[in-house]
Amino acid sequence: MSDPFGPFRDPERLRGLTERLHRLTSERPLTFMHVCGTHENAIGRFGIRSLLPPWLRVIAGPGCPVCVCPPAEIDAAVRLATDHSVILATFGDMLRVPGRISLAQARARGADVRVVRGVHDAVRLAVDHPERQVVMLAVGFETTACTTAAAVLAGPPGNFSMILAHRLIPPAMHALLGLPALRLDGFLLPGHATAVTGTVDYETFATVSGLPASVAGFEPVDILWGLERLATLAVHGEVEVANAYARAVRPAGNLRAQQATDKAFEPMDAAWRGLGVIPASGLALRAPYHKLDALARFGLTLDPDLPECLPGCQCGSVMVGLTEPEVCPLFDKSCTPTSPRGPCMVSQEGTCHSRYVYRERRDA
Amino acid sequence: MPDDRITLGHGSGGLLTHELVRDVFRRALANPLLDPLDDGALLPDPGGPLALTTDGFVVSPLEFAGGNIGSLAINGTVNDLAVSGAHPRYIALAAILEEGLERALLERIVQSAAKAARAAGVVVVTGDTKVVERGKGDGVYLTTTGVGPLRAGFPRTDRGPEPGDVVLVSGPVGDHGAVILATRSGVSLETTLESDCAPVTDLVDALFAVDAVPLFLRDPTRGGLATLLCDLAEHGGCEVAVQEAQVPIRTATSTLCDIVGVDPLHLACEGRVVAVVSADRANAALDAWHGLPSGAQAQSIGELREAPAPRVVLHTRYGGARTLLRPTAELLPRIC
Repeated sequence: MSDPFGPFRDPERLRGLTERLHRLTSERPLTFMHVCGTHENAIGRFGIRSLLPPWLRVIAGPGCPVCVCPPAEIDAAVRLATDHSVILATFGDMLRVPGRISLAQARARGADVRVVRGVHDAVRLAVDHPERQVVMLAVGFETTACTTAAAVLAGPPGNFSMILAHRLIPPAMHALLGLPALRLDGFLLPGHATAVTGTVDYETFATVSGLPASVAGFEPVDILWGLERLATLAVHGEVEVANAYARAVRPAGNLRAQQATDKAFEPMDAAWRGLGVIPASGLALRAPYHKLDALARFGLTLDPDLPECLPGCQCGSVMVGLTEPEVCPLFDKSCTPTSPRGPCMVSQEGTCHSRYVYRERRDA
Repeated sequence: MPDDRITLGHGSGGLLTHELVRDVFRRALANPLLDPLDDGALLPDPGGPLALTTDGFVVSPLEFAGGNIGSLAINGTVNDLAVSGAHPRYIALAAILEEGLERALLERIVQSAAKAARAAGVVVVTGDTKVVERGKGDGVYLTTTGVGPLRAGFPRTDRGPEPGDVVLVSGPVGDHGAVILATRSGVSLETTLESDCAPVTDLVDALFAVDAVPLFLRDPTRGGLATLLCDLAEHGGCEVAVQEAQVPIRTATSTLCDIVGVDPLHLACEGRVVAVVSADRANAALDAWHGLPSGAQAQSIGELREAPAPRVVLHTRYGGARTLLRPTAELLPRIC
């Protein structure tokens, strides 16, 4: 088979983009934030930061859906799995994120926790186990929310329900603007989420924030191209949204996905690890689908008072770009991927995990 | 007409057990040492030191593109002997079967083991069969124990791996892990990707034949190439500098890894070998491997360097460098 990623990993093209980036000059240091765990992972894996000019810094924002999921939702999932004997289905990354205990710990104590690749796998579990209740802990941003919506609209079997822990990116970006210590010069936008939402919301955001943005894909050429477009805008003081991922992202986005999401869900205020409650940043089932709400079905409420992180853990601050993982006193000491203290070290999409796994070496 | 499924009776030690061993195991694996079906095999005088290894096999799915648990169990133990510097000779095979296992599937597995043994030049000389209740096993678990005479002059006593030595890999990495991962995650790729499950004996023999006696020799199984290189760095007390662009990886494997979200350097191989040789023997070793079908895509992937602490540094194809670590947890699919 031919390599579908070949053109987007071509070292020559990457070198050309790097040279163009280095030909730009900025009178002051610039800081760009991406809001996508897959971007952080790719930036580390391909060693992108070592290619940037000295005046350009790229930091990670709240881009890991697993990391931003607060402990209350995880705790509810654990309680359903342990006290109500449901089959609890969720994504692999969620398993080790701590609530009171993690789903992995619950599984080790006998709970029936299953790893699925998508909500369709969870629905399949419900079809295959009509005698059991199956609950999906649904996390993720716009990209994943539309798949959950599709499952809702398709009419899943009566023994299926869900804990909705989806989050929306634009409201979180607005919330970041309210952090006085955070000085940003532009946003690198997540290509996958933008393929669903389109760029319209982000154009509004650019106008409100006065910050340029560019949409980028996830291969090294995509990311560097996105950064080069963004740097060009920032250096010239232009405020607009550049699309450096046009092969996937249309300005209007994926209308079918948007319509499905809008039909199944309505916005609600939601808590984020590290950011607190953000207005209209979560999703709730619309009235015709309330019967799919697992919390209502089993009479559970979310416990808002659970501590977000273990003592000393800086995840909340890492998640909003105020602290680099390496600065956290726990990083690579008591907090490692095999014994994580906070969610950012658990998920493969987490900033701490990416930095731990893909430690760039400038001395090598 | 024999029963088409394994029952608890097949593990009772009675007539059914006798028939199963005779008609499935001995029929496929027949050789003069096994044929008496006594309690133990009586082996000829080896005339020197031996290497002994044992390994349990619990792979799921039992059958996969390029092999099944039977060929895997033979090759896994053959390869552990080979990279220990031994000539693989005799294998003991223990099978734990789950009640309800299809007899036809068991026959395919045992025949595959027999074929792998013939290809690797080993004989299965003794064995054991047990049956557990339905739900208490996963179809078939196999354990193989292997023994073979150690070749003279190995392991080397003059020196171990040290800065300046060269790291060679015999072929594309991660194919076995990719096939298992694809099957288990339900991803069907339109590809001919197969497990690399095969004996590495000829690859090891080739190194000795051209006087490229390895300073470090392993097969990158669980944990993949990354884990092996971390072991090497610690063993040698030095840096392993790897050029990413030199590491052979099939496009189908790397594409699958991109879809599922895992690093191909963390995926298991079952028919590859990594050797560290002195720089002045590296070309001879590579030429020897290139002369074998199983080594046609062999590559020099890096070298050992002085370093204050053991580490593996991966030099990316884009001019960056990062530390390569062992995989940290079970390989889980990404969520977005």
